Amino acid sequence: MKKIASLGAALLFAFAGAAMAAGGAGLRLEPAPVHRLDVESLQRGARNFVNYCLNCHSAKFMRYERLTDIGLTADQIRDNLMFGTDKIGSTMTVAMPAELAKSAFGVMPPDLSVQARVRGSDWLYNYFLSFYRDDQSVTGWNNLVFPNVGMPHALWELSGAHRLVTTEFDDHEKATAAAIAIKGLVRVDPAPGGKWLVRTVAADPAAPGTMTQVQYEAFVADLVNFMDYLAEPVRNKRISLGIVVLLYLGVLFAFVYALKRSYWKDVH
Amino acid sequence: MADAALNQMVDTNKRRFLIVASSAVGGIGVVAAATPFVMSFWPSARARAAGAPVEVDISKIEAGQLITVEWRGNVCWLLNRTKPMLESLPKLDSRLADPNSNVAQQPPYCKNEHRSIKESMWVAIGICTHLGCSPTFRPEIAPADLGPDWLGGFFCPCHQSKFDLAGRVYRGVPAPTNLVIPPHKYLTDTKIVIGVGQDGKEG
Amino acid sequence: MDKLLNWIDARFPLTALWESQWGKYVAPKNFNFWYYFGSLATLVLVMQIVTGIFLTMNYKPDATKAFESVEYIMRDVEWGWLIRYMHSTGASMFFVVVYLHMFRGLMYGSYRKPRELLWIIGCLIYLTLMGEAFFGYLLPWGQMSYWGAQVIVNLFATVPFIGESLGVWIRGDYTISDITLNRFFAFHVIAFPLVLLGLVAAHLIALHEVGSNNPDGIEIKKQPKDPQTGLYLDGINSHPYYTIKDIVGVVVFLAVFSAIMFFVPEMGGYFLEANNFIPADPLKTPEHIAPVWYFTPYYAILRAVPSELVSFLPATQFYGVVAMGAAVLIFFFLPWLDRGAVKSIRYRGTLYKSWLAAFVISFVLLGYLGVVPVTVWGQFADGWPLLGGADKATVVARLLTVVYFLFFLLMPWYTARDKTKPVPDRTT
Repeated sequence: MKKIASLGAALLFAFAGAAMAAGGAGLRLEPAPVHRLDVESLQRGARNFVNYCLNCHSAKFMRYERLTDIGLTADQIRDNLMFGTDKIGSTMTVAMPAELAKSAFGVMPPDLSVQARVRGSDWLYNYFLSFYRDDQSVTGWNNLVFPNVGMPHALWELSGAHRLVTTEFDDHEKATAAAIAIKGLVRVDPAPGGKWLVRTVAADPAAPGTMTQVQYEAFVADLVNFMDYLAEPVRNKRISLGIVVLLYLGVLFAFVYALKRSYWKDVH
Repeated sequence: MADAALNQMVDTNKRRFLIVASSAVGGIGVVAAATPFVMSFWPSARARAAGAPVEVDISKIEAGQLITVEWRGNVCWLLNRTKPMLESLPKLDSRLADPNSNVAQQPPYCKNEHRSIKESMWVAIGICTHLGCSPTFRPEIAPADLGPDWLGGFFCPCHQSKFDLAGRVYRGVPAPTNLVIPPHKYLTDTKIVIGVGQDGKEG
Repeated sequence: MDKLLNWIDARFPLTALWESQWGKYVAPKNFNFWYYFGSLATLVLVMQIVTGIFLTMNYKPDATKAFESVEYIMRDVEWGWLIRYMHSTGASMFFVVVYLHMFRGLMYGSYRKPRELLWIIGCLIYLTLMGEAFFGYLLPWGQMSYWGAQVIVNLFATVPFIGESLGVWIRGDYTISDITLNRFFAFHVIAFPLVLLGLVAAHLIALHEVGSNNPDGIEIKKQPKDPQTGLYLDGINSHPYYTIKDIVGVVVFLAVFSAIMFFVPEMGGYFLEANNFIPADPLKTPEHIAPVWYFTPYYAILRAVPSELVSFLPATQFYGVVAMGAAVLIFFFLPWLDRGAVKSIRYRGTLYKSWLAAFVISFVLLGYLGVVPVTVWGQFADGWPLLGGADKATVVARLLTVVYFLFFLLMPWYTARDKTKPVPDRTT
């Protein structure tokens, strides 16, 4: 029994290692703690999104009106999530004028309507958690998930500043074992001389944010949950309709199969 | 032999039942599957947003003045009627096709003599009920072309239909019914929203 | 009702048409699982046409609006999301069904005399379908649409001498642009569907003329007729027997289809690729471009063929393009490559079975290798003779490409030499 268990562990270990090796950059993402049916999280996420993202990014395919999907009333949307004179049927356009954005960031910040379908929620979740201070970069920030990202850490007042923690290992196995032990976002890369680097981010006690790490993680989870919804607002409806359709097809199958059996008695 | 015949009959009955049942269940499925395609023809969220209720500030409309706004791509009039204008309305009853607005061309809260919520302020769709031209506003009394009996109203240039200052149609003109009054309500004394009625119904 | 039918029949052969094409069509009674995919392909074709028509009502073939109009369909149009997902899932499921249908033909020798033309028409349908899918994939105007089209059109640009002009001619511009999108739209929504419909009609007419093959590869038309029923001994009326059986198949297929469409419409990035949710950007190539899964076996063959094939000819990607084209076109020659004494795999010997298995494995593995970057398995160590430093995946893809072609090229030899079993007189 013990033998089997250790064999299983070894296999798992090998798999994780292989997955990391196969993952190109050797990035291991923490799964995003989001749930598509958690309406309160989605509502908090909508607030976070409107307050922090819409200043520079648009979500031009999304209508404010549509937020009734996540349990908000038209009045709640108008009072809490819309600024300026937008009509409820209008789309989430960006507050910042295009020229200003271009001069500030060099490029137009991308539209976020379907961003979660490009990146996936795990990627987004880890992305928001892996900004760190980098004096070499133009914005003063860098990111473990998205190296040399053009976007500054817009949420840093909440999260506080993080710094990069790099550990060097002699070989790949040791580096992988250490990476697994960290149990969070971690990146394993080869370094010159056959060495391996394990990199992760850690809070800088000298620059705390207004939120604790736990609060900030919850904030990001809500935001990512909302962006996941935003990318495909119809998802919940799609899944529940799918269940109905499959149940229906089950019933239809029972009838047509019985019919087929009855007729094919002639042949057999 | 009798057994075989009996079996045959059982089979026939069973098959008949199964065919009917399968067709019924399958038919439901076909109708259900066709529904999304039929529904996709209704206005999309974008079209609905573009056709959303319009808010109009009425504080700047002077007595006797008519302003035009757009609602759902249609001409929509707001006319601030003067006292003489309102007084002309009952005088015309005998010459109108539907003086009491019995045909439902207006929401119930506008089914009255002046065809409006407040007496003076009249809101209407400025499209002739004949073939869809927009009539001209002719407030002057007894102009040369409209004759000495004209007390002010609307005149359609396309086929000469005539309406009074409440949009009621004259008898003997091509237009069959009174002008349409859209659902609307007062948000404040100086602000009207067109497209949603005071009974909450949308147009 | 009868009167109306008589009236029509006197002026148009409606009853005769129905009876010859299905109502009185006699089919072998031993169809198995593999015989569902013909009717399912027809079903998917109809679904694609219907959903396609409705998508056209809201889609805009304009480089500045195409991406936006797809999201408009997904969000603003009532039920647009369902229609779009039906179409995108249908595209991939079409190929699933067609590949299984073709594999059935391989297994049971359905391309053999007298069904050569039926097979050739089928191959033409497959070619047309590939074109249809390729043109359609540009329309969402995402990054994968754009760069996928860019790569494929550039394949034509490798044709010696005229290639460069050919590429420009196809695009109507110096790069994939609004002009290209517009003409691809025309091909996708009208030209190719028309051809497809015509070919499918021809395919069915040819089938109902020569009669269906079956898992035993027995010609039922050579059997005597049952004096009682007037049918060949192993034949049954396709209506109602196969009508009802195919309906069961349709219901099961729709369940699989719905499960994918409602629960995993992206199918893990195989049916809808993540990068295609980024609007096309002619200035920025995505890190990893792979065609949609149904093209990847051929794409892997293309990449496997080295551009320096022989020392005395100029180095060009064209060899790969030729190999890729040959890999598709070689299917046409199957009826004349196969010299086996029997049709069905059931009575073939181990030689044919092994080759077919090798072909299927190489097709599937090439399909996988076409999705992933060539570096996926790393490189051979520098010390290796010949292979030192080469990408392992490329070497494997080359071996598989050879296997793929040998399946066809050696067929006349191994099918003739194969130890076949005797075919019974009656179906089993």
